[in-house]
This record gives sequence, C-alpha cells and structure tokens, in this order.
Amino acid sequence: MKIIVCIKQVPDTKGGVKFKPDGTLDRAAMMTIMNPDDKAGLEAALRLKDQNGAEVTVITMGLPKAEDVLREALAMGADKGILVTDRVLGGADTWATSQTIAGAIRNLEYDLIITGRQAIDGDTAQVGPQISEHLNIPVISYAQNIKIEGDSVVVERQYDDRYHVLKTPMPCLITALAELNEPRYMTPGGIFDACKAEIAVWGRDKLVDVDDSNLGLKGSPTQIAKASDKVRKGVGEKVVLDPTESVDYIMGKLKEKHVI
Amino acid sequence: MDFTLQKEHVMAQALFKEFAEKEVKPLAQEVDEKEEFPRATVDKMAKSGFLGIPVPKEYGGQGCDPLTYTMCVEELSKVCGTTGVIVSAHTSLCCDPIQNYGTEEQKQKYLVPLAKGEKLGAFGLTEPGAGTDAQGQQTKAVLEGDEYVLNGSKIFITNGKEADVYVIFAITGVDTDARGRSKKRITAFIVEKGTPGFSFGTKEKKMGIRGSSTYELIFTDCRIPKANMLGAEGKGFGIAMHTLDGGRIGIAAQALGLAEGALEAAVTYVQERKQFGRSIAAFQNTQFQLADMATKVEAAKLLVYKAAMAKATQKVYSVEAAQAKLYAAEVAMEVTTKAVQLHGGYGYTREYDVERMMRDAKITEIYEGTSEVQRMVISGALLK
Repeated sequence: MKIIVCIKQVPDTKGGVKFKPDGTLDRAAMMTIMNPDDKAGLEAALRLKDQNGAEVTVITMGLPKAEDVLREALAMGADKGILVTDRVLGGADTWATSQTIAGAIRNLEYDLIITGRQAIDGDTAQVGPQISEHLNIPVISYAQNIKIEGDSVVVERQYDDRYHVLKTPMPCLITALAELNEPRYMTPGGIFDACKAEIAVWGRDKLVDVDDSNLGLKGSPTQIAKASDKVRKGVGEKVVLDPTESVDYIMGKLKEKHVI
Repeated sequence: MDFTLQKEHVMAQALFKEFAEKEVKPLAQEVDEKEEFPRATVDKMAKSGFLGIPVPKEYGGQGCDPLTYTMCVEELSKVCGTTGVIVSAHTSLCCDPIQNYGTEEQKQKYLVPLAKGEKLGAFGLTEPGAGTDAQGQQTKAVLEGDEYVLNGSKIFITNGKEADVYVIFAITGVDTDARGRSKKRITAFIVEKGTPGFSFGTKEKKMGIRGSSTYELIFTDCRIPKANMLGAEGKGFGIAMHTLDGGRIGIAAQALGLAEGALEAAVTYVQERKQFGRSIAAFQNTQFQLADMATKVEAAKLLVYKAAMAKATQKVYSVEAAQAKLYAAEVAMEVTTKAVQLHGGYGYTREYDVERMMRDAKITEIYEGTSEVQRMVISGALLK
C-alpha cells in the first residue's frame, strides 16, 4: 500500500507572527511547525503502516527551508520526502497550491492521499478537496477515524453533533482533523536517519499536466485586498454597585445591546 | 573549532525539550511529593526510544552518539531530576557495560530488551562499607558447578526495585602480590529480577530525586548461571571504573539540566516579582547574580558536551568525565541555591520548582563518585 501525506510548514504562533509591508505573512522570519491537522494525517498514515505495512511519502510545497518539516516527518517514520519548490510557484493561493501539489502527485503511485483538514495560517480547508478534484478521485473530509477494508477505506466523518460513516474505494483522498489522534514523537534514531536521508527537490518542470496559468501568484484567483492587525478591545467600563443594582445595570446593558 | 551543533543534535534537543515540557514537567512536583516512581513516563520514553539512545541499532538501540544521549538527560533534568537519573542509570550503568563487555549471547538476551525499553536496568557496586572505597566490597560470588552463588548486599541502588536487569559486582577471590599484600578479585555479573535468593531491602528516604527508586539489594545464596558473568573473571573492578567514567557524563548532564532549569525559573521569577515598586530584575544585584549563574551554566555545558564528544572519539575519557561531573555538579548546587535565594521566601516553599531543584542538585556532588573522587581522578592524571 502506498500512502501520500501532504504536509505544510506553518508559522508557530508561539514564536510571534510577522508580516511583510504588503500585509502578507513573512514566512521566512517566523518560527515554524508542522501544521497540526497535517501531523494528525501523518500519524494516521504511520498507524496504517504499522498495522498493514505501507510506504509513506510526505510531500510539501514551500520555501527551501520547508525541508525541515519533511525531515521531521521522516524522523517520525515516513519513508520518503518530496519538496516542491520553485520561484514561479510563490504567492500561490489554494487554487494554485492544489494545482501544484496535484501536478507533483501525478508522478507518483498511490492508494491513499491524506491531507490535513486545514492549515492554521490560511484556515481555508480547500487544498485537500481541490487536489482530489484535480486528480479525479473521491474525497472524504474531516476524518476522525480511518480504517482499511480490502480495497476500500471506511472513514468516520465528523460533524458538529454526529459523525457519518463513509466507505469509498481507493485511490481516494482523506482530510484529517487534529483530533484524529495523538501524533507520535520523533525518535532519536529516526532523527539521525532523517538528517542523512535524501529529500527529492522538485521544481516547475516536474509538475505534470499543469498549465502555467494555474501556478504561483499569477495563477491565483484570490487577491488579498487588505490585511490588518486585529483591533484590540478597550479596557471596558468598571462600575461599583451593590448586588441588586448590579443586576439591574447588567440587564439594562444587555437590553440596550439587544442581547435580550 | 566550531561550537555549532549539527542538524541532528538541534532536532534531537528540540524533541527532548518538547517531551520534557509535555510529559515530564507536569508530573515533576507530584513525583517528588509522593516519592513515586514515574512508571508511565518511563513507558512513554521507552516508546520514543529514549532508553537506548547510544546503543547500536543492531542491539535494539537508536544508534545515536553519546552527545545525543547527554542532551536527553539534560533536557529531562531541566524539569525533573528524578526522570533524568532514571535514564542515566539505565543507559550508562547497565546498557553500556553489557554493550562493552557482554558476549554476543548476553547482548541479544539483555541489551536488546534494555535498549528497546522493554526492560529497565540498574547497577550494583556500592555497599555499606564500600562507597568511595570500591575495593572494600564484601559481597561474594562462589563458583559451584555451572553457577556462581552470590551472598551479600548492595545499597543506594538507583532504579532499585523497578529494574529488571542488574549489573552486580562481587568478590570471586583474593590475589596476593609479590610483597604479600592481598587484593580482592572483583567480577561483574548480570542478575535478573526474580532470581531466587535476590530480594529487596529498605527503600531509601532521600533529600532529593525522591521519585527514583533507591533500594538495598540483598543476595542470599542467589545462584547465577556462569554464563551471566560479564567480562572475564577478576576484571570487574576495571569494568566498574570504566562504566563509571561513562556514568559521570550522564550525571554531569543531569547536573547541567538542573542548573539550567533553575536559571530559567529564576529569570522568569525576577521579572514577575515586584519589590519597592519595581521588578526585582531591575536591581543590579539580581542582574549580576543572573550573569554569574548563566556564565557558569555555559561553562558547565561546554565541559559536559566536550566529555560526551570525548566518549565518542576517545578510548579513555576519565579526566574529561571527571571534570564535567565535578564542575557541573558544583555549578548545579550553586545555581539552584542562588535561584532559591532570588525567589526569597517563596523559593523555600514546595510551590516553586527551585526548592526541589536545589534538593535534587545535592546528590550530583555525591553519587557516581563524589566531587572529592573527581578531584582525585583529575589530579591523579596531572601528577602521574
């Protein structure tokens, strides 16, 4: 069984978020981590590998330093890493990103593709399902449990108050939730092997069946009109009243704001 | 000369730090308070390969170098001295001698499960009358057919009751030299928990590292297969001393971690604590104390890492190990004490981690060779 896991290096919000003057994220200046939903997707793939045996390939698109996230995945137990990086791919929105990833995946054999539900930087949840559209394979999103049954996968798809059990033949694509599992730690020996491992670096020329008009900033229909920092709320209003007056005061305010 | 860490060491350090913060730190206070061996943490460390870091892959280990292992003990000890010494005693004092002196059969039988973390290891050299004077051993092993019969006891054994495999030293004879002086022949043995005649005595009530299982081991007509003799008969003293050279690097790493943990805690606290209307970090006394602490911690780190590198590249590294342990242990004691002082009255309470760190630090000046023994090793090399 061959599994491809799409992962993304995202800013570590603990290290502070930095912006370029045009309002887009300054990725090169930020601490980074593996996107949590993607990490859960990788863990799901590694568990399938532990149970049934599988070859797990991780793929990411990004700056050259995104190689770090691939090495982390290898140190957790993935078998191969592919970095898709090229200047012409920069500034991609979800459409251009999914076109790029799909173009890279067309070089590979696979039974299952796992992506995270969404990345904590863009929060769109679009890239996974778009990849499946480009590759013309079924998609099951928001997976909270994944099982293999013969040539099919059975997935519990999460909703707010319930889950659906869906079955689809492979090849297919699944988007994973961070709640799917508790990802394993890297192992020290895995780190040593990962640092020696060769990471395949693919540029534009390796992408199959993708038109230039669908790549990079030029191929991105999404244009950022404006990016701004959140406006901090004021300190609020402080009043000192006895309990009865307090209740009246709060009720008055709630009515004034049409909350009740 | 380049002090930059390799990529793999940077990644390993980040891994150990994340594990320590998430899995070890939240339990550290409770482990100390209840004197409870952190079994669940040990199981998690086993799963993540932390119990066989420097052991070659063919023997179930991770195939990393001594520096990686040192960093693991350091990061664990930053948040919990108990957890640090559990890994150190298991790896340096049990896996290491079996890897260095064991037969292929012994390695397959004992080292593989130890390195995989399926079993925990311990080391028994110290006796009531044989601390720094390791030649003062009383435990005897007498060969009867294909078995050695062990009688005696060992004290202060780390991982004592929790371990499965023990490297034990005993007298197997007495030699007399040309001048008529007698010298005990000491031999090392691998002893399994559950062997008839092997039991546990008192659990030590300690000042620090209170979660580590420190027990007396008692051997009463305990029969050990001859095949479990580790190394050659009569070569045990050399095995013990060489093993302790490695062990000292582990304890030096534990001491370093404790000092770093206390320094971090102090840096945070002095910025929060206000006296006389301003943060105590604004006082020059605080600033100078922190500067001295940080400088000594950095010096200790360089000695500890240098000793770890020496273990990887040199056959003999006794002096490097002794210097690292001597200095790191004394820095740990000094820095944790200063960290308590900077915390004032709060630092004397169990609510703050520095109180525990100061108690944990003291043992690093004592076990696996006191600071005085380290000075003997270092000066001995200078004056030979």
